Amino acid sequence: MKKLCWLRSILTTVCMLSLAGTPLAAQDRLVLTGSSTVAPLALEIAKRFEQLNPGVRVDVQSGGSSRGIADVTSELADIGLVSRALKPEEETLASYTIATDGIGIIVHRSNPVQSLTDAQVQAIYKGEISDWNRVGGKAGPITVVNKAEGRSTLELFLAHFGLKNSEIKAEVVIGENEQGVKTVAGNPDAIAYVSIGTAEFDETLGVPIRLLPMAGVAASVTNVREGHYPLSRPLNLVTKGVATGLARRFIDFARSARVDDLVEAQFFVPLAH
Amino acid sequence: MSRWRIDRLLSLLLATLAGGAALILLLVLAFLVREAWPVLSGIGWVRLVTDDGWYPLENRFGLLPMLWATLAAGVAATVLAATIGLASAIFARFFAPPSVARLYRPMLALLAGIPSVVYGLWGLTVLVPLIARWQPPGASLLAAILILALMILPTVALTSLSALNAVPGSLMRGAAALGLTRRGVVLGVAVPAARAGILGGFLLAAARALGETMAVLMVAGNVVQNPTGLFAPVRVLTANIALEMAYATGAHRAGLFASGLLLTLVVVVLAGLTARLVSNTAHV
Repeated sequence: MKKLCWLRSILTTVCMLSLAGTPLAAQDRLVLTGSSTVAPLALEIAKRFEQLNPGVRVDVQSGGSSRGIADVTSELADIGLVSRALKPEEETLASYTIATDGIGIIVHRSNPVQSLTDAQVQAIYKGEISDWNRVGGKAGPITVVNKAEGRSTLELFLAHFGLKNSEIKAEVVIGENEQGVKTVAGNPDAIAYVSIGTAEFDETLGVPIRLLPMAGVAASVTNVREGHYPLSRPLNLVTKGVATGLARRFIDFARSARVDDLVEAQFFVPLAH
Repeated sequence: MSRWRIDRLLSLLLATLAGGAALILLLVLAFLVREAWPVLSGIGWVRLVTDDGWYPLENRFGLLPMLWATLAAGVAATVLAATIGLASAIFARFFAPPSVARLYRPMLALLAGIPSVVYGLWGLTVLVPLIARWQPPGASLLAAILILALMILPTVALTSLSALNAVPGSLMRGAAALGLTRRGVVLGVAVPAARAGILGGFLLAAARALGETMAVLMVAGNVVQNPTGLFAPVRVLTANIALEMAYATGAHRAGLFASGLLLTLVVVVLAGLTARLVSNTAHV
């Protein structure tokens, strides 16, 4: 990462030299810091923004949503990356949603269970319910699939259900979403949670999995985008006061349809345009 | 005079290159220690052993279950692959018809070249569901052992075959001239004579099994717990790093480097063992 920045600064210098007579001012540089969930997406958007705006440099550093808030407040960063809605005490900051992250619970397509309540999901993940016949399915031991520590999907799942990772009794721990889909597809008794974007995509391809509704709301990209789906969160760019200048241009770009493909590539849900 | 100088130059050049390779190893070790330092000193290396679980975000850093899982999967896979690999090497060298033997070697070489992630994908989509139908959840120590054994089998078979081929013909002819049976020649003379090479192959394969990441990650289930049975999911040290590194910061990241350091130590011990075994058995 450090090396890349270094390389980029050399490139920028070369660019500056070739554009002799038009030196770059400080307003041609943007610093973004914050959430490790948003950072990979912000980095991709920044790359495209730099391509379209020669001479502009955008630095993205991750370090958690709280760092994003702190850095913007202390003006260390121009834009903060925050993977949640702002709290009331952070109202002095302006926030701009660039995408939504939603996670859905998946089971095998042959599983007769049509829906689970929040309490049932909690009990299943804590190991208190370990057989499908207790939640209206065929008798069979439930295979609980959990995410590896540090993943944002895990964090959102734990926060929504009020669980601690050490309380979860998992049979399988996975990394990528795709691994979760394959695990459920290959095990009719498994239950997992993955990004809705991934699951919906695989379902349409005919992979034998099924997304379960949450609190009566169907798990679909459309419902996430429109804000009806409970297990989701906004991915925000925040600025100190209303964004102006280059930061404004970057935010407008990040909210435009021109980055939808980048958003989808990270399994997030793009904005409705 | 000038030939002397050329030799001196060559030896200097080779020494520099060899020194460079050794230096890189030391640098890697130093880097691992430096990155793991926040956990080793701040949290204390004792807690890596005594903590009862791996929940780095809840400040619990127990690595022991993953060490046992790594050793269990590695050792069992090596034993399995060694048995089958040695048997197939003996078959190809002494018992197979020449046409079969000629085909056998390139086939093994081809098998050895298959990328591990392909084995992993096959394991995840075929082997794990198969085991799940019998003993759910399927992703388990057994799946890891089978995939690893499959992966290192060609290595074991090829090194054993090379070692058997290298046994001097005079030994074999001498044994045959003494009137030994085919079985006696093979098991009593050829295999003991090739012992160093065969053992070296086993340990090479064991090191590969310990270091394998992707294939194991896809089939082992990755739950951090002591390996209590063949059908229980386990997490090995390499999988721990691959699963969590992308998102880890602070002490969590340092804990993952500590996993890497522990794995390196295991491999170093294994390498030391190899060196001793091979030097002890080099003379028949």
